[in-house]
Amino acid sequence: MGKYNILKHELVPAHELLSKEEEEELLQNLGIKREQLPKIRKSDPVIKILEEKYGPIEPGRIIKIIRNNSRTSGIYIVYRMVVGE
Amino acid sequence: MSAEISKGIKEIKFALLSPDEIRKMSAVKVITPDTYDDDGYPIEKGLMDLAMGTIEPGLKCKTCGGKVDTCPGHFGHIELALPVIHIGFTKEIYSILNATCANCGRIRLNEEAIKEYKERINAIKSKLVDVEYDDIVSEAESEASDISICPYCHFENRKITLEKPTTFREEGRKLTPKEIRERFEKILDDDLVLLGLEPGVARPEWMILTVFPVPPVNVRPTITLETGERSEDDLTHKLVDIIRINQRLRENRDQGSPQLIIEDLWELLQYHATTYFDNQTPGVPPAKHRSGRSLKTLVQRLKGKEGRFRSNLSGKRVNFSARTVISPEPFLSVNQVGVPIKAARELTVTETVTEHNIEKIKEMIRNSVNADESSEYRPAVNYVIKEDNKRMKVTDKNANELADKLQLGWKVERQLQDGDIVLFNRQPSLHRMSMMAHEVKVLPYRTFRFNVAVCTPYNADFDGDEMNLHVLQSQEARAEAEILMKVQENFLSPRFGGPIMGAIHDHITAMFLLTFRNRKIPKELGIHILSYVNVDKLPPVHKDDKGREYFLGREIFSAILPEGVNITFKGKINDKTIDPDGTEGLVIIKDSKLISGAIDENAVGTMKGILLDYIIRKYGNARAAKFLDDVTRLAAGVISYIGFSTGIDDEDVPLQAKAQLREVGLEAVRRVEKLIENYKEGLIGPEPGKTLEDTLESLIMKELSKAREKSSEIASNYLGIENSTVKMAKSGARANMTNLAQMAGIIGQQSIRGKRQHRGYTGRTLSHFKKGDLGAYARGFVTSSYKEGLKPTEYFFHAVGGREGLVDTAVRTSRSGYMQRRLINALEDLKVSEERSVVDTEESIIQLVYGEDGVDPSRSFGGKSVDVEFVLKEKFGDKYGGEKQ
Ligand SMILES: [Mg+2]
Ligand SMILES: [Zn+2]
Ligand SMILES: [Zn+2]
Repeated sequence: MGKYNILKHELVPAHELLSKEEEEELLQNLGIKREQLPKIRKSDPVIKILEEKYGPIEPGRIIKIIRNNSRTSGIYIVYRMVVGE
Repeated sequence: MSAEISKGIKEIKFALLSPDEIRKMSAVKVITPDTYDDDGYPIEKGLMDLAMGTIEPGLKCKTCGGKVDTCPGHFGHIELALPVIHIGFTKEIYSILNATCANCGRIRLNEEAIKEYKERINAIKSKLVDVEYDDIVSEAESEASDISICPYCHFENRKITLEKPTTFREEGRKLTPKEIRERFEKILDDDLVLLGLEPGVARPEWMILTVFPVPPVNVRPTITLETGERSEDDLTHKLVDIIRINQRLRENRDQGSPQLIIEDLWELLQYHATTYFDNQTPGVPPAKHRSGRSLKTLVQRLKGKEGRFRSNLSGKRVNFSARTVISPEPFLSVNQVGVPIKAARELTVTETVTEHNIEKIKEMIRNSVNADESSEYRPAVNYVIKEDNKRMKVTDKNANELADKLQLGWKVERQLQDGDIVLFNRQPSLHRMSMMAHEVKVLPYRTFRFNVAVCTPYNADFDGDEMNLHVLQSQEARAEAEILMKVQENFLSPRFGGPIMGAIHDHITAMFLLTFRNRKIPKELGIHILSYVNVDKLPPVHKDDKGREYFLGREIFSAILPEGVNITFKGKINDKTIDPDGTEGLVIIKDSKLISGAIDENAVGTMKGILLDYIIRKYGNARAAKFLDDVTRLAAGVISYIGFSTGIDDEDVPLQAKAQLREVGLEAVRRVEKLIENYKEGLIGPEPGKTLEDTLESLIMKELSKAREKSSEIASNYLGIENSTVKMAKSGARANMTNLAQMAGIIGQQSIRGKRQHRGYTGRTLSHFKKGDLGAYARGFVTSSYKEGLKPTEYFFHAVGGREGLVDTAVRTSRSGYMQRRLINALEDLKVSEERSVVDTEESIIQLVYGEDGVDPSRSFGGKSVDVEFVLKEKFGDKYGGEKQ
């Protein structure tokens, strides 16, 4: 793809795909079920970019988003579960 | 993998009632417009026919046999002589008429187009996105209406127009509802999906009524007035009209009367059917009562603030509540609320009789005898409830007997007494501090009273404001309210992490009068003032050279401070002319002694009180409440004994100052004239991004605001701190120096939306000026002062400017109110979980850490989790120098 990598834009926070082990650890630590996490669509442009790096990302996987513009805490990390469409 | 949803509505389907369905669900065919016979018995086949249910206790429903409380009510129906249009569907009728063929009834699209649209509809069917379906339908309909030659029968269709509200015309010729219905009957079920209808549950011809449903009598009950006169519901009135006209229409039609008469009656029937559904249809005169009141028909029942949804379904009414006017009372604690005796005797708390309280309750029951006559308030008992839940009203006669019979396990409803926990509320309830828990103090007279320090969170004043009070009914509720909602627990606002309550107005003035330049207060007076507060130790007494004894203001103030206060901060006063060596502006408190500085808004004021904030954080809410109570009482003492007043002569300035002020105004006008001259001669070039005219405007505005600043300066120079108005402005009690300058000096430019005024007559604001005059006077510059009064043109400009403010507030409140409603609806059931994450009712995470930092702002220091400076100072005292103030 010769298109622009949106992850490099300054307004787009860093996105990472968690490994299956990291997923388990995260859910363990938070004490929640996967479905309780906020969602991100598989059709999201960011997922398209991540798939170039990690290969196909199936629904259910967890994306880590690192934001560094929180007005209260500076860095703020959120996790989103990939959903279909 | 899909999210687990606990409960959810899967689908709501809307359908049309077919004439057959209306007949099938009907219990009676209504044919007479009458309701009751002379004996008051419902007439058979009339509008109150017993088959539609009953509203009278003695009668039984003819359909289900139930009585008032068991019969759910049953529909009836009216057979219309000629069809009428349902006002709710005119838009749909219009678009279907134009999208289908008048001859064969097919949608005016060829086979391919139909197939294409159907495929698109099928593709989104699973997604449940109705908006997209609606878009496809309107696309199909608009494409079809552009084709006039029918692709199937080659009939040439003509354009049909809708003449609001219910008249359809085909190139000028009126289409009767009957004709429209006949056309719709020809439409194929297969085409319906493209017209936005679901075959099976909706047919287009059902939008034109041939049978009229009559709602059950429970929906439109007859009201019997005290006089015995009966009054029918508005819907019944409307149905009477429909039946009457329907009858006449049928008779005329059957007799073969002239077409003109039939058309008139048909039109009238349409009018009644329309207003039955919506009596505020645009273009239709609303149906009215003889009294002139317009009827409340179906749409009016549901719509708006007084409608079923907002008034009856979302609206809640409660018992154990009271409402009255509020007034201030400095001798009440911030945690208290004064409740009038009248209200206290009506409001009750239910208590169970135990061995611990039985004697007390017996006494309270005995208090009920001639309770109103006793000079002081003693709580009595309104009801005694036996173990079998039988309620007995306590009266003067049976009180003593009930007290003797009282047994353990019974319950009593006792009147309010001092110390009861109640909720106190002022609308609009915009934040959580709009509803706080107070302790009751029963007082004479008829108003609720409270300490003025809580005016700010309630946003209350005493110009006639009313407030509500709710008495808590369970031990759990009382405990919860006391821990979470009590006034003292809400000192720190979750909005900015600082105190939202504190001294206002006269209390700040009083503190300022007391401490500014360390006022000497004669001993006599000082004792009186100190008698307002509860202090154990009197401040030291000093003697002047004539031997007169006096207290020092700062020492009196120090008497109400808790032990161990050590704090230094800048006061509000920051003016070299008033305070040359800066001792008044710098507040220093060492070991709870006020050493220097004046106590003003920055020390004890709402939102700004640094000293108040310090006391809340260091000594806790209870001590802070006591401090605030003491400030209030001390202020009342100080201002009553020292005295304080202001008047219009506070704004008097010497002749010399007047001359200077006048010169400032004239000078500004002259400068503006010069600017305009330069502009006309082309000496002014445009500033970047502005036109020449805008540049001139901004230069003029700058010049005029400079004039106001200058006048403000002059006014300040002549009005010193001995001036009462200045005292209030400088201490932060009320007003500011600009207000003062406007009273004494120049009012200044009156603007609309930040611009000089320019609208009105062509080329000028008022007929008093020449066309095209850009001068200061012609565009709303006011050189007069409030004191001397405004010239007529100035007065007009001032009113125009003032109106903008009023309009803005009116618009702002309604818009922010609506925005808040939406926000609340979106957020109301989110909560912070034990893990500090924000979750919804399904426990789905909305925010991983509350506020992204996990800090509760109402327990924060100005939004930060810790005040490091404060901790270090507390820990190391003077050894920690800290940042230089
Ligand atoms: Mg008011
Ligand atoms: Zn019934
Ligand atoms: Zn046709």
